Amino acid sequence: MAAVRIDAKDLHYTPLNQQIRKAVSDGVKEIVIDNVLGQRFIADGLRGDDVTVTVNGVPGGDLAMFMSGPTVIVHGNADHAPGNTMNQGKVIVHGSAGDATAHSMRGGRVYIRDNIGYRGGIHMKQYREKRPILVVGGSARAFLGEYMAGGLLIVLGLNGQIPVAERGVGSGIHGGEIFVRGEVEARYLGVGAKQLPATAEQMAMIQPIIEDFAKSFGLDPAPILKEKYSRIAAASARPFANKYTPE
Amino acid sequence: MSIGSVPLRFKVELDSERCMKCGRCVENCSYGVFRKEGENIVVANPRGCVACHRCLAFCPRDAISIYEKPTDYRSHPVWTREVREAVFNQAKTGRIIVAGMGNVLPYPEIFDRLVLDACQVTNPSIDPLREPMELRTYIGKKPAALAVKEKKNGDAELLTQISPNLKLETPIMIGHMSYGAISLNAQTALAKAVTKMGTFMGTGEGGLHESLYPYQDHMIVQVASGRFGVDINYLERGAAIEIKIGQGAKPGIGGHLPGEKVCADVSCTRMIPEGSDAISPAPHHDIYSIEDLKQLVHSLKEATEWKKPVFVKIAAVHNSAAIAAGIARSGADAVVIDGFRGGTGAAPRVFRDHVGMPVEAAVASVDAKLRKQGIRNEVSIIASGGIRQSADIAKIICLGADAVYIGTSALVAMGCRVCGTCNRGTCAWGIATQRPELTQRLDPETNAVQVANLIHAWTDEIAELMGAAGINSIESLRGNRDRLRGYMLDEGLLNVLDVKTVGA
Repeated sequence: MAAVRIDAKDLHYTPLNQQIRKAVSDGVKEIVIDNVLGQRFIADGLRGDDVTVTVNGVPGGDLAMFMSGPTVIVHGNADHAPGNTMNQGKVIVHGSAGDATAHSMRGGRVYIRDNIGYRGGIHMKQYREKRPILVVGGSARAFLGEYMAGGLLIVLGLNGQIPVAERGVGSGIHGGEIFVRGEVEARYLGVGAKQLPATAEQMAMIQPIIEDFAKSFGLDPAPILKEKYSRIAAASARPFANKYTPE
Repeated sequence: MSIGSVPLRFKVELDSERCMKCGRCVENCSYGVFRKEGENIVVANPRGCVACHRCLAFCPRDAISIYEKPTDYRSHPVWTREVREAVFNQAKTGRIIVAGMGNVLPYPEIFDRLVLDACQVTNPSIDPLREPMELRTYIGKKPAALAVKEKKNGDAELLTQISPNLKLETPIMIGHMSYGAISLNAQTALAKAVTKMGTFMGTGEGGLHESLYPYQDHMIVQVASGRFGVDINYLERGAAIEIKIGQGAKPGIGGHLPGEKVCADVSCTRMIPEGSDAISPAPHHDIYSIEDLKQLVHSLKEATEWKKPVFVKIAAVHNSAAIAAGIARSGADAVVIDGFRGGTGAAPRVFRDHVGMPVEAAVASVDAKLRKQGIRNEVSIIASGGIRQSADIAKIICLGADAVYIGTSALVAMGCRVCGTCNRGTCAWGIATQRPELTQRLDPETNAVQVANLIHAWTDEIAELMGAAGINSIESLRGNRDRLRGYMLDEGLLNVLDVKTVGA
């Protein structure tokens, strides 16, 4: 079926999402939305494994929230929390994203070409085959991967940036793992987070993901992969086990 | 340990004259209090006793007696037993004290200082046996005004779009107790009961187990800060969605289900690995402001195509009224006010006993604030936390609530003795535990009947109270403070409640 184009100029998010949902239920696989300017909740709760939604412009907050299946490609920056509580599918942002990117994400992939704001990947979690992945090309702000319960978070620090140079990295982390190209200064690690150099085995695991990320943005993965990486994970699976006593 | 052991909390006595040595107490006690020694049964470990009465309830000969605090401390009005024992505990461990159930401090109970009205002579009471009594309650937004168009045939056509509402046959719902905090058998019993009674229950933040899908039209699915079990499938199944911001038993902090309680089935429903801690952060990390709350409300509505009411639950705290006014403007359809008497699976003692406020004062002030701002129709008010009997429900409706959530009382209807050790995961009644040998004790069918009986009895009592007051519709009771009088309440509190004193 032919691609559907939607002009989002002056369109509220509800009728916009209604048009997207209708196209998906009509069997459309390619949806292109032009003139997006701050509409929130695009593809919120949307299903459809083989559907691609291309967003031309700057979407508002909670892009692809609760989404379960489709691929969303943004040609522009995204506001806060793209991939919020996302279940499955892929979000590719050709730009930067705001705070709480991939908040509580439980499956699928979010690729941000440039930078993200505070609390990236906060409380991501995994279950069985569902393992969310967030890859950030540039840098992240404070509280990266805080309370992380599962999944994989990679920050590459491309274009000469330090991947993360603010406090609270992985504080309260009790599952999942964070990889950074280079390393995080020890003083920025949060309570309960432990950093070690990535092993060859771990590098082999993240290599195809970084290659896929690079491919999405037309980058050469070889120089990205050449450098040393560090892995940040939970110092203990039970960070709060010794905090309480029964009455 | 230089502190040594503290006195027994409970003394367990076994009357050997009466005991028939059947061993039911040994089987039933999940705390290892009793032991069979040869032919005899002995109280081997009285220190394990929590007074859950499971042994006593199943002793065929009434041979067991349990006495609280058999040993006295030197009495002291300031240094109570509880205060001293908390110090002992923390001196030994250096940790935060946690416990199950609600507030244990003897704060005065406002409910018990409010009295209801009844008709005498000048206006007749209504006999609920003879006259219809309307207890049906709708939860959700009500339009501020209705626009109608007259059709050619003289009929009126409604032009105003009505927001989705929940239709309750009684103003009593069951609050959010998650699978994890309570057993699946317990949740199933509650689900069957609310379905039978035409009302609703909350899932808590533990997802919706597959076996409860047949009752989904009577389930309110919860979205809390951990987002456990939340996906689009879950949101679409619920009759309504509730955002949990706070809880009366522990305002301001998150939750923490220890890995031991995350069995295979709980893990599947919460969508986290077996045995891992389920940690709900204190705030929602996508809500750092009232504007962000609006965004979450709208995202949930947008995801479910504006078909479901969205509730927001907050703990009753100092500024509940202003917060509720913000919630009413967030697009939410109902605000749940959870008082500081609310129960919980586990809460730090310091929060349980010292943070928050009574639901009576919070609901009255929220109702007054919303009316003052002309937005009372934008949200329903659901009162929760410390509702113990039908009179409490009638009184809180007079103070402005639309409906109530009950929690502990529904568990008591299934055998719970309020022993307050839900946090330990060894509930002998099969309620607050995930151990298969304990959960199988709770039969969902018979317990559903008991919970439904309780709701039925309370609904009947509310109808009788209304009839006695000459009121035949719950709508006329709601916010009707003239039907309440305060008995021995101070002037400040009477003003907050907007209730006159007895005799006035």
